[in-house]
Amino acid sequence: MLVDLQGPWSPLLGRLALSQIPYENHILAPLFVVVVILGLAIIAAISYFGKWGYLWREWLTTVDHKKIGIMYILIGLVMLFRGFMDALMIRTQQAMAVGPDAPGYLGALHGYLAPYHFGQIYSAHGVIMILLAATPLLVGIMNVIVPLQIGARDMAYPYLNALGLWVTAAAAALVMVSLFVGDFSHNGWFGIAPIFELSYSPGVGVDYWMWVMQLTALGSTLGSINILATVVKMRAPGMTWLRLPIFTWAAVASNIIALTSFPALTVALALIGFDRYLGTHFFTAGLGGNLMLYTNLFWIWGHPEVYFVILPAFGMISEIIPTFSEKPLFGYVTMVLATFGIAGASWAVWLHHFFTMGAGPAVNSFFSVATMLVGIPTGVKVFNWAFTMYRGRLRFETAMLWAVGAVFLLLLGGLTGMMLAIPAINYMVHNSVFVIAHFHQMLLVIVYAIFGAVTYWWPKVFGFKLNEAWGKAVFWLFTAGSVLVFVPMFTLGFMGMTRRLDYVFNTQWQPLLDIQVLGIAVYSLSVLAFVGMLYVSIRDHAKNQVSVDAWGTARSLEWMTPSPVPFYNFAVVPHINARDEWAWRKEHGFTDLRPDHYEDIHMPKNTGIPLILGALMFLLGFGLTWRIWWLCALSLALIIALVIIRSFDSDTGYTIPADEVERMERGHHERARAVDLPAAGVLGGAIAYGQADPAVKGQGAALGGGMTSPEGSRV
Amino acid sequence: MSSSTSKAIDPSSVELWDHSHHHHDVLSTRTFGFWLYMLSDAMIFALLFAAWGVLSYSHSFAGGPIPADFVKPGYAFLQTLALFGSVLAYGFTMVALKNGNKAGVISGLWGALILGAAFLALDINDVVHLLDAGITPQRSGGLSAFFILTQTHALHILFGLLWMLVMLVQVSRFGFTTEVVGRMLTLRLFWHFQAVIWVFVFVFVYLRGMLI
Ligand code: HEM
Ligand SMILES: [Cu+2]
Repeated sequence: MLVDLQGPWSPLLGRLALSQIPYENHILAPLFVVVVILGLAIIAAISYFGKWGYLWREWLTTVDHKKIGIMYILIGLVMLFRGFMDALMIRTQQAMAVGPDAPGYLGALHGYLAPYHFGQIYSAHGVIMILLAATPLLVGIMNVIVPLQIGARDMAYPYLNALGLWVTAAAAALVMVSLFVGDFSHNGWFGIAPIFELSYSPGVGVDYWMWVMQLTALGSTLGSINILATVVKMRAPGMTWLRLPIFTWAAVASNIIALTSFPALTVALALIGFDRYLGTHFFTAGLGGNLMLYTNLFWIWGHPEVYFVILPAFGMISEIIPTFSEKPLFGYVTMVLATFGIAGASWAVWLHHFFTMGAGPAVNSFFSVATMLVGIPTGVKVFNWAFTMYRGRLRFETAMLWAVGAVFLLLLGGLTGMMLAIPAINYMVHNSVFVIAHFHQMLLVIVYAIFGAVTYWWPKVFGFKLNEAWGKAVFWLFTAGSVLVFVPMFTLGFMGMTRRLDYVFNTQWQPLLDIQVLGIAVYSLSVLAFVGMLYVSIRDHAKNQVSVDAWGTARSLEWMTPSPVPFYNFAVVPHINARDEWAWRKEHGFTDLRPDHYEDIHMPKNTGIPLILGALMFLLGFGLTWRIWWLCALSLALIIALVIIRSFDSDTGYTIPADEVERMERGHHERARAVDLPAAGVLGGAIAYGQADPAVKGQGAALGGGMTSPEGSRV
Repeated sequence: MSSSTSKAIDPSSVELWDHSHHHHDVLSTRTFGFWLYMLSDAMIFALLFAAWGVLSYSHSFAGGPIPADFVKPGYAFLQTLALFGSVLAYGFTMVALKNGNKAGVISGLWGALILGAAFLALDINDVVHLLDAGITPQRSGGLSAFFILTQTHALHILFGLLWMLVMLVQVSRFGFTTEVVGRMLTLRLFWHFQAVIWVFVFVFVYLRGMLI
């Protein structure tokens, strides 16, 4: 059944051989040494401080949605950095390899990266940035915030949640391993039929790409089931659909997209797999294969996927802007409708990625119009944000800067998208760097929203604020970098520069390429500033402690939990009375967060099985890539066995008695009082909308003071 | 909307905390999640059917065997009977479950398992004969689509049989605990769903195959 391979293969190691380790490569070999040293240093440090037990108990085996979310975000940040390094290489190579006289280094004819190596870099960059940086960052934030926003103690399926995390981690590990063992795909993040077929790509690169994408697809499908079930089934009493916080709505829409579209990716990639492993002819150039079948299947996932990543970003913007405008969100219902309008339309536009297929005027017109229709709900959103800010009491703190920046980028990206949606224009600029600039604007919207969300929700998760001055420095450096990189890129696109060039023939483009290098240098500074921000904020964390309502004007339910949020989220599940419950409570003075009595809490137990399953998935992916059949069989058998064994374990939860809950809660409230603004006298220093001048605030405090128990008003 | 217009609310009239002792309904949460999973599975089949649609023109068979030469709807109908019999047996299992009849559940599960295995045996027999006759997935794009679509369904059946075995053990060991009942309910969904998919396979692959 299996195809005949060109080249050596052994039963024990499959295609793996020492020659597959690129130790003579001038970039990878030193990098490998650095990674090994760093890895050893981390292991040594954990051992030295005796933290293995802590790591195992508190993180590796956790089923707590907040910790899982944080680990997703960590994976996302690490991969964001890796993708950024790829981008650095792409930009410098293109600026160095201009014109026939451009010198070559490290064995390359021009620049310092040989074409084959360059191809791997841009392919890895795309896969990593979309599936292993943006997606885990967004999924992580949804994981942390959605249960808090709906008043749940955890996800609907905490165990599945951990599994999703470790499958994603396995995918990240696999793409990192491809750096040092064998090579990665060189045919773009979306795969080009039939170049990925075995006869044109005989190495393991395409296999790595395929299995990495498969693992992320699996992880995302599991995650989407979980979030949808959580929102549908776990809402606190009174949390009706039209009281759902807007970010949660965005998460719902986004995960409906994920649930229905990721299977398309699974199928597209599985069919490549059958072609490459069994020798079938789905996408081959002869024997009845159909190249455009692949392209269609891929973009049937690919376009919904881009909305899967942008909708949560829209949700984040919709949370940040009202808080820092000190006003409720303008047009909540239209916002929800727009979100679902975008989600629905995302299914009917995939063909705009290949108008040049030549399907004929009728088909192209349909998809052109469908694509342009997306602009309507998107416009609704932009206007809603603008009207939220209109006559608001605007505070340009770091999170707000990121959110407003994202709206500007959305305009730029959306309008260039509209241009691309016109087939006549698209035939001119398809596969040019104009397209690259378009979607990077869009992805920057996501990055901006993520940075904004991290700044915004950081104090909720960790109990202290990030440093504002450093945060603003990151913002402005990042923005300067974006302008310097992408304005020249749009220009070059119009001038006809195609994408993925390892050699640039037109020497007149040199100045614009140089400006882009300058931009990426500024980006690098922003990365340093980001690290600096983390360092300074963590160093000074004692000074920047916050209580429940870190920003003072937040509106939704998550701001009613102590900061940092205890593992059970809500000691007693709140009863929801209004759309912006916390704002409503502040307005009416119900700011005492101590219920009259506590009850037992039932929580899921930690388990190491998801971690082990993730590790086995990694081995399965690795074995499949290198065609080490015994390893595949073994890891698959173990995966099935473990799932079955786990199903025999009925003891998966435990109960925290009410007095224990009360004791823990008292600790949280004491801490909250200690860090609270003395002037406010109530938890969170609540400033309800329309009550910002000191006199009114005092009044609010008196009101709140009346509501709190005697200890509360004594502060 | 400003606070000056909002009316004062009597604190005793509002409910701020939930003391209703309500518990999340484990079974319905579980079943709901399984419906969502099946939605994604349905998408997988939908796309495989799309691939089959694209790859079932006569030129997709590259001059090799075409479905009209080898599909046997009569034989596939036997498979249909086996699978539907299995679903019926599972239906009786659910009736027994409702009555708390452990012996009934176990014999029902055995019935479903044996009929499902019969379906799979018929399928394997069919595939082996096709391969012997040189009708292989490697021969042409059309045949690739034919085999992958039908065998993906068969793989789901295999998975369901494994699941039934596990349930046999769990029912006899634990009786009707919430977990076991939950799994029986989701397995019911899964099994019916695979039967529905088979109807599509039968119509679009075996019946329509006679015309290609
Ligand atoms: C108003 C909304 C949008 C419109 C009208 C639009 C339109 C388009 C069109 C027509 C193309 C195809 C260009 C070509 O290859 O010739 C394209 C490519 C792309 N768009 Fe958008 N787009 C929109 C929003 C977005 C969003 C929200 C994202 C991501 C978050 C995004 C990401 C991408 C990506 C990744 C590609 C190119 C993929 C590739 O070829 O590698 N777009 N867009
Ligand atoms: Cu698109």
